[in-house]
Amino acid sequence: MESIGSIADGYLLSTLIFLPLASCVVLWFLELLLRVFANGAGISEAFWKLYGVAVSLAGFLVSLEVWNRFDPASGQLQLVERVPWLANLGIHYYVGIDGISLLLVVLTTFLLPVILLASWSDIGVRVRQYVFFMLALQTGMLGAFLSLNLFLFYVFWEAMLVPMYFVIGIWGGARRIYATIKFFIYTMVGSLLMLIGILTLVYMHFQEFGVLTFDYIGFGGATGILDVPIAAWPEQDPWWSQRQVWLFLAFAFAFAIKVPMFPFHTWLPDAHVEAPTPGSAVLAGVLLKLGTYGFIRYAIPLFPEAAQACAPLMLTLAVVGIVYGALVALVQSDVKKLVAYSSVSHLGFVMLGLFAFNLQGIEGSVLQMVNHGISTGALFILIGMIYERRHVREISAFGGLAQVMPIYAVFFLIATMSSIGLPILNGFVGEFLILLGAFGTYPIFAAVATSGVLLGAVYMLWMVRRVFFGPVVHQANQRLVDLSLRERLVAVSLVIPMVWIGVYPASFLTPMDASVNALLARLRDRGAVLSDEVALDANPRGGQEIDLAGESEPLEKEPDA
Amino acid sequence: MDPTDSSLRLIPLFPLLAALVSGMWLLFVRRELPRGVVAALACSAPIASFAVAVAAVIRMAGEFGPGERYLVDNVYTWISAHPFHAELAFLLDPLSAVMVLVVTGVGSLIHIYSIGYMNDDHREDRGFQRFFIYLNMFMFAMLMLVLGDNMLVMFVGWEGVGVCSYLLIGFWYLEDHNAMCGQKAFVVNRIGDLGFLLGVFILFWAFFDAGPSYATIEFREMAVNIGQIADRTVELPGVLSFLPGFPTWGLLTLAGLCLFVGACGKSAQIPLYVWLPDAMAGPTPVSALIHAATMVTAGVYMVSRMSFAYAYAPGALATIAWVGAITALFAGLIGICQNDIKKVLAYSTVSQLGYMFLAVGVGSYSAAIFHLMTHAWFKALLFMGAGSVILGMHHIQDIRQMGGISRYMRVTHFTFLAGVIAICGIPPTSGFFSKDEILLGTYLAHDVPGHYALYGIGLFSAGITAFYMARLYFLVFRGENRSSIEVQRHIEEQPGWVTAPLVILAGLALVGGLFTPPDLYGELFGWEASNRLHHFLEPLIPMAEHEVAHSTEVLLALAAVAVGLSGVFLAWVFYFARRDLPDRIATGAQGLYQLVHEKFYVDEIYTALIVRPLLWISDRVFYRLIDRVLIDGLGVNGFAASVRGLAEHGLKFAQTGSAQSYVFGMVVGCVLLVAYLVSGLGV
Repeated sequence: MESIGSIADGYLLSTLIFLPLASCVVLWFLELLLRVFANGAGISEAFWKLYGVAVSLAGFLVSLEVWNRFDPASGQLQLVERVPWLANLGIHYYVGIDGISLLLVVLTTFLLPVILLASWSDIGVRVRQYVFFMLALQTGMLGAFLSLNLFLFYVFWEAMLVPMYFVIGIWGGARRIYATIKFFIYTMVGSLLMLIGILTLVYMHFQEFGVLTFDYIGFGGATGILDVPIAAWPEQDPWWSQRQVWLFLAFAFAFAIKVPMFPFHTWLPDAHVEAPTPGSAVLAGVLLKLGTYGFIRYAIPLFPEAAQACAPLMLTLAVVGIVYGALVALVQSDVKKLVAYSSVSHLGFVMLGLFAFNLQGIEGSVLQMVNHGISTGALFILIGMIYERRHVREISAFGGLAQVMPIYAVFFLIATMSSIGLPILNGFVGEFLILLGAFGTYPIFAAVATSGVLLGAVYMLWMVRRVFFGPVVHQANQRLVDLSLRERLVAVSLVIPMVWIGVYPASFLTPMDASVNALLARLRDRGAVLSDEVALDANPRGGQEIDLAGESEPLEKEPDA
Repeated sequence: MDPTDSSLRLIPLFPLLAALVSGMWLLFVRRELPRGVVAALACSAPIASFAVAVAAVIRMAGEFGPGERYLVDNVYTWISAHPFHAELAFLLDPLSAVMVLVVTGVGSLIHIYSIGYMNDDHREDRGFQRFFIYLNMFMFAMLMLVLGDNMLVMFVGWEGVGVCSYLLIGFWYLEDHNAMCGQKAFVVNRIGDLGFLLGVFILFWAFFDAGPSYATIEFREMAVNIGQIADRTVELPGVLSFLPGFPTWGLLTLAGLCLFVGACGKSAQIPLYVWLPDAMAGPTPVSALIHAATMVTAGVYMVSRMSFAYAYAPGALATIAWVGAITALFAGLIGICQNDIKKVLAYSTVSQLGYMFLAVGVGSYSAAIFHLMTHAWFKALLFMGAGSVILGMHHIQDIRQMGGISRYMRVTHFTFLAGVIAICGIPPTSGFFSKDEILLGTYLAHDVPGHYALYGIGLFSAGITAFYMARLYFLVFRGENRSSIEVQRHIEEQPGWVTAPLVILAGLALVGGLFTPPDLYGELFGWEASNRLHHFLEPLIPMAEHEVAHSTEVLLALAAVAVGLSGVFLAWVFYFARRDLPDRIATGAQGLYQLVHEKFYVDEIYTALIVRPLLWISDRVFYRLIDRVLIDGLGVNGFAASVRGLAEHGLKFAQTGSAQSYVFGMVVGCVLLVAYLVSGLGV
């Protein structure tokens, strides 16, 4: 094990996390040196941009190496690193990856270079800071995805707010200060509840076992939070007096704001509208997924009984979000706002799949997180391209663009189709699995949610029609130039994963199989203690084996006589 | 013998490749290829598919005995989440064989026709190549739909044809109206698609409940295992208490109805037919290919494909029969009063599709597929003939301005006439045989409630069909031309690209039915080939076997012919002999005429009852009231304001307004909290 190669092995995830930030710090330092010793001549902005793209691209390559080393057959956390930090408080620098975080990590590292390339000519001022904040953001997001210590997770979770705050606040639109403070404070309020939840959880664990740890999973034989029946579920008590439920809700509140779930979504349209293109793309592409990821990594496995007891609540919010988000998107006149509300709808689907508690639903959800990141990220990037040319986002300011910018129209249409879930593009696979899974456990919720698929087509196509079809009515649109080579490169690199996931989703479903099954196994073990009146009764297909136990059907097929 | 045949994948692959090559060229080279190259590439794809399909069908029919005729091609596992799995796999069995031959055969002819039709079009840059890309994409999707081995691959095609239809209807997108029609088609189709999806979900989980090993969406396995779920029931939720049979329904009835909603969307049945007449905004070859011969028949095909499930869902079948019959009548009535040549044909298509569903609903699947096939011939022919006339008339589509075209365009005239004769059901054309089989099947379907009424509606609709088609013929081809002198001077026959496909289809429409005449004629005239299609399909789809006396059968056929002829005769009187009559009737029954002419105001009703209220409630209630005022205003900002108020009075020193200090404060707070906890614990 302890060969030279395994040293790199040992720090692969840390390399992945800190590469962006560290590279940036190095360049800052160089710039500082140059300014001091070379008569104030710093590094050119163009070089900073190039450097940003190169570093994020290197991050993508590292993440591919992570994927390469990842063993899809195991549902365990892999490539684990654990270094004492504040060890006597149970706080460790503790990172690791499983099939679920793997996909989201690769999504992050994939999107960042694309976004940086897309914003090449968009960001004109303070380019150095911009590159710095974007790369710092990448470090924060990757850290949050990979943390296995609740304290570390919290630090990354909060840390990534800061660069985002500045990206919106500096390069944003007219109401950027309102939007960014709203975004910041709103998320923080949620996080504080989560922090209280974390501390309570750690304290309870300490009381019961005498071990103080923030670790997500026991390490080296020690018990960890996940291993013990913490916050047991006394069956005689009603659900609302269970400690677990309140802990779950504390976590869920923080994550629901981030997702955002209805009715905690109103910061999102403001943030999206005011954010610059790369800000919107990162926000929609990755940041929102931290909310759904929080559910699947923490809120659900830490509090399995509570999660199942609260499932009807979460599902109701999810389905309301799907329909409500779609209907509100329908009447927006601002392209970005429309896509922002469509995110509320799409992430409702993700939540629906998560709380279906079966393999189809959860795998669909995780895949849909990736899909939404790519499709909505692509939509925001494409909207940015036209915003750069016209500096308006009102739908009514366009019309007939298909004639003046046919290439742009093609890519936009592909992104639209991906977003509304057209088969052989990515969105369909996720949505289908989510709805299939949800229908297995909660047919009524799923049936209502399917209307979101219809409404999605309505608002997106209506927008496409008003922007791209019809005559060119505005003079300013007559002279628009079609996509440049760089822009086409960006668009193509976004279309490739759309088609790949749509045509061959196995590349993305297989790696998470074992991890999702491990999660389901935990839910099943713990869900069994639930009394009939709560969730499991309404959840007959929580996992495949549950039914097997109840039925004496032989596994081999009986040919029908 | 091994039923695996990896050539099946080639059938949808050719059009896909052609579309990709052509599309990539446009996208990256950004110049249109020479038209000859585009046309050659685009047309060779469906022709190649047709050739592969013919070879595969011959192999299937030759090497395997009846009852075990099928070929499969498993490409790879597409979506898998245990126990759910969907292979990308293709299935060729007698049913899909008929469909694939119709789609690639008629499709190839329409591709060739399009060369001539679109060559005339100079409305937009890149129009020619873009058109053929869409057309090839459509062929790909349609072939996926037809050849899919499971419900999900079928759904790929199902949605795919919807998208291509959207693109092609809105092909001339510079006119907003066209784009709007395309969008309407997509959205209405999607309503149906949801029904399809729900049907898939219900069936999958029902099979899963019967035993995880049964959980599949593959057609052949489902057909084998259908008995496992045949007697399952579902409890309907309370909101559905108005439905008949509440509160328990057969599960297959529910699934069957959901799937039928899908069929209604795709095949333009009441209440989802409204997109098809508007789909005429697309170029005419599109109307012929998509909105007459192939895509719109997908619903009929799907229901036939799922016949093993419908066999246990008599309620669903009766619903299908009634919806089909009423659609046939309703659309026929509207067709009488239309003045756009393509709109007449569109309503005629809706009506004929209703006929096919009537057949399916009464259990005469083979009659439905037979009519599907003959309809593909004569309706594609009629549309392409109409297109030829439209080209000749320089894009005038109003039949009130036409007339006397027979003198200018002889080939178009005779081929169109062949189509009219076929659709009117005059023996021995193909339309006569297929329509007759449907009416016979309806007459004999004793287990369907109200089958005599259904028969009556069907017969009456046949008369209406004959009437409006003959009206169309007389108004367009007979009498004097009513357009301006300028237009008249330029009317001339179209080039061979356009007319050659017409001639081929006219031949099929006239004599194609003799390929598989009903048993009756086989016995009367001693034909060997009687009911060939029926026997070909029989192992796959359950056939309602009815004993019927020859005399009854002959009487029914005579009645159908008589009704058809009287329809033609009436049209002759009204639109040839006594040209003043229609106007007098229209003025006499002003209200009624207006109602029918305005298509019973269905679009207006939908707009008023669904679209407007939805937009209003979304904007005023959800967005402005709930989102802006309640949640954001009172909730979020209200909360923030009250905290701020508190802070200004009590905690002013902390209100620095800089986020950095907040973060700082938070981190300090964190540390303090932790320190407090730890010190309390005595670590």
